[in-house]
Amino acid sequence: MTTAHVVFYLLAAFTVTAAIFVVLAKNIVHCAIALVFAFFGVAGLYVLLDAEFLAAVQVLLYVGGITILLLFAIMLTSLISARGVRIMNEQVASSALVVIIIFGLMTFASLKGIAFVGPPPPPAYVTASLGRLLMTTYVLPFEAVSILLLAAMVGAIILARREREKD
Amino acid sequence: MVPLSHYVVLGTVLFAIGMFGALTRRNAIGILMALELMFNAVNLNFVAFSRYLPVTLLQGQVFAIFVITIAAAEAAVGLAIVLGLYRNFKTINVDEIHLMKW
Amino acid sequence: MEKLVERFYGAFAALGVSSVVPQVTLMVAIAIAMTLFISVSVMFMIWWERKISAHIQVRYGPMRVGGWHGWAQSIADGIKLLLKEDIIPAGADRFVFALAPIVVFAAAFAAYVIIPFGPNLIVRDLNIGVLFYISISSLAVVGIVMAGWSSNNKYSVLGALRSAAQAVSYEVPLVVSILGVIMMVGSLSMVKIVEAQQGIWFIVPQFVGFLIYLTAAIAECNRLPFDIPEAESELVAGFHVEYSGMRFAIFFLAEYANMFTVSAIATTLFLGGWRGPLLPPWLWFLLKTYFLIFIMMWLRWTLARLRVDQLMNLGWKYLLPLAFLNMGITGLVLVLRG
Repeated sequence: MTTAHVVFYLLAAFTVTAAIFVVLAKNIVHCAIALVFAFFGVAGLYVLLDAEFLAAVQVLLYVGGITILLLFAIMLTSLISARGVRIMNEQVASSALVVIIIFGLMTFASLKGIAFVGPPPPPAYVTASLGRLLMTTYVLPFEAVSILLLAAMVGAIILARREREKD
Repeated sequence: MVPLSHYVVLGTVLFAIGMFGALTRRNAIGILMALELMFNAVNLNFVAFSRYLPVTLLQGQVFAIFVITIAAAEAAVGLAIVLGLYRNFKTINVDEIHLMKW
Repeated sequence: MEKLVERFYGAFAALGVSSVVPQVTLMVAIAIAMTLFISVSVMFMIWWERKISAHIQVRYGPMRVGGWHGWAQSIADGIKLLLKEDIIPAGADRFVFALAPIVVFAAAFAAYVIIPFGPNLIVRDLNIGVLFYISISSLAVVGIVMAGWSSNNKYSVLGALRSAAQAVSYEVPLVVSILGVIMMVGSLSMVKIVEAQQGIWFIVPQFVGFLIYLTAAIAECNRLPFDIPEAESELVAGFHVEYSGMRFAIFFLAEYANMFTVSAIATTLFLGGWRGPLLPPWLWFLLKTYFLIFIMMWLRWTLARLRVDQLMNLGWKYLLPLAFLNMGITGLVLVLRG
């Protein structure tokens, strides 16, 4: 039971607990905060997988960007302190059944072909190689994603704008 | 060292939890949050495979970066739609927005 | 410093204990040392700010507490804040209310991992040094929004949302101005950035970048002239209006710790870090950092506060295109130079 094992189990327990809170919490702002913890757990797992750049990008974009977006939207829309509001719809039992079946199938299918061995030695210069890949082999998807982000930004602004009163 | 199967099972667990949230929550923003959980599970899977299979040459991490970027764009547009929904229906519980049902 | 660490590990190995014990002990010791450094530094900065503001306003400032120019004023203030009653407003969300100052302070504290006080005096020389700071600083915004919302107070929510908008808007020119330096160095590691400034400090080729970074950093720290989220006369002090006693002290501590971090990174990126002729490296680093903090305090007591729309205007319409221009010209020159 090496240090890596202990750290992995701690991070995994932390992330799964946070995820369960996200799905089950009554107050939607508590959900958002549990989501922040889940993102941090996943970032920790990325560091364990020698993907430090991705861990930093995960915290920067998810915690610093998407969580703030979610909190803004929650404050603009939800009835947060209303009592007696159901949070789950009427298909809880059937969803649970479906989810358990799919989970079982996916675990069975994915574990069939994976050898239970440890990782090869860590690659050197991960961030530099990642940068080089993004600028050479994957430059076309990179540019396409930037155009997608521009389109999403413009679209979100137009969708969220108040209607101008026409006179 | 931690075997790959541990990471795959953890990814599957997170994905299942996110799927349960997306199927059962009434609040539209709650559904979006469960979707983000599913994205994270998928990313974890990609990065784990990229680390454990030496021939992939960091393709998994590149894919994960693209997934994170597109998730951010999708969250922005999705939340703008939720704002529009709130303005028109005064509620964002998705089972009360059923004007187009028969 | 490394010899000490090796001997520490060796002592435990000789006892036959696994290497986890010295690792964890060392981490705890470093964390305690950092906490002490931050506390002392913040107390000094608070006293210094009051003295600087006083002399700019042609008065004396604290003079009595502790004798010489009131040096113990911060200690007295700290004790006073500790002894205050802990009030949680009725209707506030108790868990989030209590968690928010911890999140903001954790974000400010975690950034000290990558500050290079000297050639071997860095907690951990991460490969992604500067990017680590940028990611962690975005966590503080979540803490501020949590604080504003959980206070059950309309002014708090407005102040918190304004602060979040300001922080997110000024993060972008901050990152882009840092990119100019990173392009010249070729690495994100803080130690390599300092080592790359052997010939000339980066403030000379990247002067525009330095100015943009300083402006964006002052905005990130919520200092005047970008003071809207927490000024006492705006929205009744914004997001921390309902906080009193030790919880407010933690917010205060986090703000000054943030000021130190931002100045330390500016020193590393633009002013040559711990490089300097005669004095020991850590002394140079502290002198340069405190010089930048002095400039930030000087600006606070000289300039007027910007309105929130002027603030957003400045960030998006002026700083961001200027930062992109800077990055573009830097890239062009680097490519042409070969």
